[in-house]
Amino acid sequence: MVALSGFAGVAHAGPDLDAIKARGQIICGVTTGVTGFSSADSQGKWTGLEVDVCRAVAAALFGNSEKVKYVPTTAQQRFTALQSKEIDLLSRTTTWTLTRDTALGFDFTGVTYYDGQGFMVPKKLGVKSAKELNGATVCVQPGTTTELNLADYFRANKMTFKPVVIENVEEIRQAFFSGRCDVYTTDASGLYSTRAANAPKPDDYLILPEIISKEPLGPVVRHGDNQWADIVRWTLYAMVEAEEYGITSKNVDEMLKSDNPNIKRILGVTPGMGKALGVDEKWVYNIIKQVGNYGEAFERNVGMQTPLKIERGFNALWTKGGLQYAPPIR
Amino acid sequence: MSQATEAGPATARPARLPPATEQGALGWLRKNLFSSWGNTITTLVIVALMAWFAVWFVDWAVLNAVFTAESGQECVGKHGACWAIIGAKFRYIFFGSFPYEQHWRPLFAILAMLAMLVLSCDRRMWSASRLAIIWGVGSVITFLLMLGEIHIPVTLIFVVALIAGLVGYAYRRRVAENAERLAYIALAAIGGLYLILRILGVVPGVAVPIALFSYVETGSWGGLAVTMILATYGLAFAFPYGILLALGRRSNLPLIRGLCIGFIELIRGVPLISLLIMASVMLPLFLPSGTSIDKFLRAQVAVILFAGAYIAEIVRGGLQALPKGQFEAADAMGLNYVQRTALIVLPQALRVVIPPLINTFIGFFKDTSLVLIIGIFDFLKTASQALVDPLWTGFPGEIYLFAAAVYFCFCFSMSRYSKYLERELNKGTQR
Repeated sequence: MVALSGFAGVAHAGPDLDAIKARGQIICGVTTGVTGFSSADSQGKWTGLEVDVCRAVAAALFGNSEKVKYVPTTAQQRFTALQSKEIDLLSRTTTWTLTRDTALGFDFTGVTYYDGQGFMVPKKLGVKSAKELNGATVCVQPGTTTELNLADYFRANKMTFKPVVIENVEEIRQAFFSGRCDVYTTDASGLYSTRAANAPKPDDYLILPEIISKEPLGPVVRHGDNQWADIVRWTLYAMVEAEEYGITSKNVDEMLKSDNPNIKRILGVTPGMGKALGVDEKWVYNIIKQVGNYGEAFERNVGMQTPLKIERGFNALWTKGGLQYAPPIR
Repeated sequence: MSQATEAGPATARPARLPPATEQGALGWLRKNLFSSWGNTITTLVIVALMAWFAVWFVDWAVLNAVFTAESGQECVGKHGACWAIIGAKFRYIFFGSFPYEQHWRPLFAILAMLAMLVLSCDRRMWSASRLAIIWGVGSVITFLLMLGEIHIPVTLIFVVALIAGLVGYAYRRRVAENAERLAYIALAAIGGLYLILRILGVVPGVAVPIALFSYVETGSWGGLAVTMILATYGLAFAFPYGILLALGRRSNLPLIRGLCIGFIELIRGVPLISLLIMASVMLPLFLPSGTSIDKFLRAQVAVILFAGAYIAEIVRGGLQALPKGQFEAADAMGLNYVQRTALIVLPQALRVVIPPLINTFIGFFKDTSLVLIIGIFDFLKTASQALVDPLWTGFPGEIYLFAAAVYFCFCFSMSRYSKYLERELNKGTQR
């Protein structure tokens, strides 16, 4: 029954979408604070790359990026919050895996940030690649996949390492920055925010280019309302697509006059896309005008101008050697 | 001395003062700090360490400190503290994500709770009617400010009437005038009648709405207001609840005793975190789809249940310390159970347990910070949240010192009050 109403699509909105529309607000689960991804500013407003996904969905659905209520969730309660309908959408550094996508009853609707395990070293070590780390002392948290990935990587490259195993995150950072180990390994986004927030002099530390595991982070919805899932999925795609066609929050008004048929379709000058998705024809215009395209959101929250200084890397567009690729909006 | 007696009365010749090195500040120093070589060295070493630390601290916290800055970037590379982060963040730390323009609301709510607590500390206010007025008015003000609008169910008013009538009657039955007794009976009867009609469905459930400000849901609350509400109401409900549990545990009725023991041991047997996770993660899965109990309320109830079990065990200690003769004397006076408990047993039992009670209160005030694991932002969490703002990353020392100072103010006041209360209530036994 639930699945049927989902397939009915435009004609009849699903239960979640109906509830959201009646409420006039999206309830978005975020982290309890990760620099650059979701954090509250001095006025208590939520900002960050994953918060921008929530804002973009609100802009697409309601034409107003402010119509979001943010619910901070911890790692333990995030999935229950989504299952028990406390939140509509989880946009919270959550790795897309098969079990979460199936057994937990969720749908991942895309990848906001391609993360993966990386290595951070002090610059004075003179190392430029993870392949040169033979014999290094490595700070790592025990009992995580991080530890297993580390061992696998060194074995595969026929290198040895001395692990310094520390449970507590604060202590492990302390140990690394005080020089107890040569290398600190965890997810790359974590390395960048640690470097920004905890390093005595962030410029003295280097994050090596090798990424040794796949951690695609993306927004999650629960099973049961395919139309709602579509809106979340295509909101993220629209942000990527807009970047590809050079549509930014600054030039979006001029782009309305563009002759390019793709841009006309994307911005709703040629109608049809909004109707197919069940939202206003100006949905992409609203997203880009109020939130910006994917590149803008990335640079504003975690890019080279921010204290995190994350390079686009895997998160560059496919046309620029990255993995961010959106199916065509047509 | 013998010379003095020979020379006549002591007043004739003024007694000589002891040597200068034995009296005054110098004498005190010599006696307490420099009485031997070992002590002298210890004193000097400690003084040197303290001076070194004081110099370093003043240097860091005052002389080299940055007091105003647009963002954390301006503090990077300076050797002193970056107090500018407190200036930029204190409103978020105190009030969390409460709408920024309306921060005066949680501010006055905090002041209302403080006023309520300070008034309740005064012994002159220790009567049921006065406390009821203070807490009733204070709570309505607090929640009206925090929520913006409250709905008082009419049923609640009648429940209060029923309880007040029953308790008053049981308590004053033997001593009150006829008119007063009748008033209690009438109060209980009106309350009971309404409840029966309500249960039968004859009268509809109505709520009196009071809406003064825009509605702000509990999810947007944060900071000191959350810590204070959780601690104040947690302990305000847990205290009477704990006393009831303690009395129940010493009851002669096996069923009540068994239930109370079971509850206390069950709650004390699990960590507060597991209770909070149960309330936040498990409970919503058991509730029928669509119904939801406010997350803040769930956390508040978990805190009350947990604190209640601990307070019960402390109060039981006080009850057991009471000589059996006191119970027997009360029985011999012809007092009933309620009178004996309220007039003879509890006042003496509670006086004995003030130090452990306040100790528990202080502990629970700080334990409320555990609610952050279910995504509620208490004072400590909003403080640490200030550290993940990309504009201000990297100044944990300043933020945590600030948070510690605020916690210290609260806990130290409680500790001093406990000291005062002990002295005040034990006046009778100190003569």
